[in-house]
Formats: sequence, structure tokens, C-alpha cells
Amino acid sequence: MPEVTIDWYVALSVILFSIGALGVLLRRNAIILFMSIEMMLNAANLAFVAFARHLGDLDGQVLVFFVITVAAAEVAVGLVLIVTIFRTKKSINIDEIHLMKG
Amino acid sequence: MEFQVPSLNLLIVLPVLIVTGWGMLLMLAEFFIPEEKKSWAPWLTMLGLVLALIQTIGLWGYNGGTFTPKGGAPMVVVDNFATFLNIIFLLTGILTVLISIHYLRRTGLDRPEYYMLLLFSVSGMMLMGMANDLILVFLALELLSIPLYILSGFAWPRPDSEESAMKYFLLGAFSSSIFVFGIALTYGSTGTTSLPLVLERISDAGMLGLVATAMLIVGFAFKVAAAPFHMWTPDVYEGAPTTVTAFMSVGAKVGGFAAMLRVFVAALPQLGEAWVPAVAGVATLTLIVGNVVAIVQPNIKRMLAYSSIAHAGYIMIAVAASVNSPDGVSAALFYMLAYLFTNLGAFAVVIALEHKQGEGVMLDDYKGLGKRRPWLALAMAYFMLSLTGVPPTGGFSGKFYVFRAAIEADLLWLAIVGVITSVISGYYYLRVVYLMYMYDGEGEVVANRALVWTVGLTALATLVLGLLPGPWFDMARDAALQTVQMVAGG
Repeated sequence: MPEVTIDWYVALSVILFSIGALGVLLRRNAIILFMSIEMMLNAANLAFVAFARHLGDLDGQVLVFFVITVAAAEVAVGLVLIVTIFRTKKSINIDEIHLMKG
Repeated sequence: MEFQVPSLNLLIVLPVLIVTGWGMLLMLAEFFIPEEKKSWAPWLTMLGLVLALIQTIGLWGYNGGTFTPKGGAPMVVVDNFATFLNIIFLLTGILTVLISIHYLRRTGLDRPEYYMLLLFSVSGMMLMGMANDLILVFLALELLSIPLYILSGFAWPRPDSEESAMKYFLLGAFSSSIFVFGIALTYGSTGTTSLPLVLERISDAGMLGLVATAMLIVGFAFKVAAAPFHMWTPDVYEGAPTTVTAFMSVGAKVGGFAAMLRVFVAALPQLGEAWVPAVAGVATLTLIVGNVVAIVQPNIKRMLAYSSIAHAGYIMIAVAASVNSPDGVSAALFYMLAYLFTNLGAFAVVIALEHKQGEGVMLDDYKGLGKRRPWLALAMAYFMLSLTGVPPTGGFSGKFYVFRAAIEADLLWLAIVGVITSVISGYYYLRVVYLMYMYDGEGEVVANRALVWTVGLTALATLVLGLLPGPWFDMARDAALQTVQMVAGG
């Protein structure tokens, strides 16, 4: 059984980040876009914790708390915006929400 | 276990504390102010911003940092670089309040939260220039952005404002998550997020450091609306209430550049060989896209959105030049100062013509303004000349210093791209002037006293920066030199 090294964690976080980024670029539902963004943030959190463990340094774990807090604030604002737009448009598909062009 | 309280010097963060604290106080005070006195909110906001401005000007020449962890470098620094930028941010805030008062009343958006969100966003911008640690850059970025997401949707239930807010939010959150991942990789490759320590260790970081730098560039490019990450800008700028557009076209952009300059020039100069070509490439693309697409826009808010993309390109020339030229950073600072006055002035005129929300923002509405409102038209023509870069305007001096820095840094081709695209930009800026003077037209113009004052003051400032740029550029030079010394010295 191979030993789980830092590389595994970093690889996993890169995979999660890429899935999130692809989700943002390919999906069209605002809520799913939003979940993909959260996944990218959590990929960064995983990287922070893994590096902190690898470096024997606590800073990385503290940074995770900041990222989680900011993500929570973003969720609050983001969901409000999505709910408001759903009330007027009855849709959260971002392809159907395009009034402005140029 | 011994617990040590880190040494704090609250005096130097006082301007930020005033702005944030004032925002919170206003939130509380709102409960106690009777309905008929709600119109005080803008003036109280202004008072807070002016107090912070006085305090900031008092810090000119001060060099120091605070929030220092044991055995580390300060997380917040105040040097002339930060002070110069803080003056820009506070002026942006004050001018935005001035142009907002009447606009919000006539569009029915006059809710006190507007001003509080404005204050919080300004405090985030101020921290962008003062942050000396990547995680603080991230927090400042979010503190700047989250109020702006709400502000751009402030005109709900108007669908275009809601759409603008959602697009801004989704792309803003996307870019910050890329930025955080860049920070995580920087942390992994150097073991720190403190900029002075990153400076010491980044040269050994290898591949991981380069990937991290690339992600940081992408994050900043989104924030300052540089191509190819500019797709959100026109829609967001068009849909948001015009005062908010004015605020973010200056504040959010300068905020992004504040952190970008500090991170790239002060902490990552050793990777310059890698990121200078990248930034120069982004600058070229931004200049071409911004200036060429602006030509076909019939809506002035959309045109100014593309124009603001183009101006991000000019500032990026200065960023690319700043590693090899001592004047790169100061050219960027001077350019942003001139851009602040010119762009806010132009937006103030746009707001005067927008008699109802969403009406009077087409270029055709400017026909005949020269006859109807000669002074307003003259100011608008002057702002357009300044945005093009014709002397004697602040915009010309800014471009002159930027191109000079680029030539000094052996980026002659980039300066040539800048000059050619400036010539192209003349087409759409001068078309506004042409429409104002060569046609007849009618339309309501709402110019109240605060707006007229703003237009006058910004036009005067643009003129002063155009006629006597020397002393202001020397100030910017003081501001730039100290950054590099400060961070290099820990």
C-alpha cells in the first residue's frame, strides 16, 4: 500500500478545482454555477490544509477559516441575488437572462 | 502557554477604522433618525469620508506597519504608496456621494443602505493598498466586492440591474476563487503568505511559484476588467445604477491595481521574466479589445465601460514597465489619479442627462447639448479630450508618463501599441463632442448644485493635472519609491 504523500492531496485539490472551473464554464444553472464556485474555494482550502500539514506550519489552517468565512458571506449575498432574479424572471438559467447586448 | 498580544499601532489604520466604523454607526443611527430626516445620510457619509481623508493626508510621509505576528512582517503597512491610493479612494467616495444624492432621489433608490455599502466598499479598497499579506489582500478584495455586488443590484426589481448584479457576482466569485487557489499555491511553494517573506523565498519556488503567479494575474485581471477577462464589464456597467457604475469604474479598478502593484512589483520582482511578458500581452489585448469594441457602442454607459477596459490596459503598461523602470509604479499612480477625476467627471455629466433611470443614456441624447447646456457640454468635451489623451489634460500627462516608463523599461513596442490605440480611441470619444456641437436635439437635463460642483471640481482637477503635472508626479514618485524600500526592508 503506497504512502499518502503531499502530492496526493495537491493532486486531489487540483482535480476538485478543475471540476469546479469546468462547472462554471459549462453549466447554465445559476445555483449550479454557484456550487461549482464553492467547490473551487474548497479545493483551495484542501490545498491550504495539506500544505500546512506538510510544512508543519499552522498558518495554512488559520487561512482556511478566513476563506470559509468569506465564502459564507458570499453565499448570503449570492443567494439573495439569485432569489431576486428568480422572482422577476421565473428562471435562473443564465442563458435566458440576457437583456443587454453589444 | 504564554499568550502574546501582537503589537498594534491603531493610529496608522485609523482612516480605515473611521470609514468602517462610520458605516456601522450609520447603520445603527438609521433606527433613530426620523423618516423626514433620512436625507441626512449622504451628508453624514460625506463627513465620515472627509474625516478619514484629513487623517490620511496627515499620514503622508509616515512609514510603518502594524499587526505584526511573532517573527514575521507586518500584515498592514502604511507608506506613501498606500496613503496616495487611500487619498484616491476617499476622493472617489466623496465624489460618488456628491453625484448620488439627487440621482437616487429622482430614481426612487434613496435608501440609506446605499451610503453604508459605499463606505464598506471604500474601506475594502483602502485595505487593498495597505495589505502586506496575501490573505489580507483576499479579505480586502472581498470587502471591496461584496458591497459592490449588492450596489449593482440596487435598482431591483429592474431586470437589467438584477442581471448586472448576478453577472458581477458570479464572475467576481469565480475570479476570487481562482485568486485564492493562487494564494494556496504561493503558500505551498514558499511556506508563507507574507509579501516580504514571499519576496525572499519565491526564487526557489520553481514551477509551483509560476503557476501561482499565473493564477494571481488571472484573479487581478478579472477585477480590473482586463481582456480576455473583461466579458462581464459592459453588461454590469450598463445595468447597474449609473452612480454605482461611476464608483466601480474608478474605485474597483484602482483597488485591483493597488494590490496588483504591491504584490507583483514588491513581492514578485524575481519572477519578472515570467510575468512581465504575460502582463504586457494582457495589456496589448486589453487595449485593442477595449478601444475597438467601444467604437460600435450606441449606449454611453456601455461605451464608457469599454473605455474603462481600455484604460486598464494603459495602467497595465505601467505595471509591466515597473520592474525595469523606476518610474513605472509612479506612472501608474499618476495615471490613476488623472483617471479618477476625468472618469468621474464624465460620469457626472452622464448622470445629469439621465433624467429618468435608463433614459437619456444613448449617444443620440447628446445631440445639441452644446446649445442647451454650453458649460456642461464644454466640460464633457474636455473630459472626452482627457480620456483620449490630448494636451493639456490630465489624461495626456498620465499617458505621457506611462509611455515614457514603458520606453525606459525597453518595452517600446508596448508604448507604440498604446499610442496607436489612443488614436483609435479618439474616434469614439470625439464622436460625443461632434454630436454635442454639430446637431440639434432636445432632452431634459437635470443638473442640480452638487452635480454641477462635481463637474466643475473634476474638470478643474483634470486641468491642473494637465497644466502642472510636475509636482503631482513627484508626489507619485515619492509614493512609489517607498513601497519598494519598505517591503524589501521587511
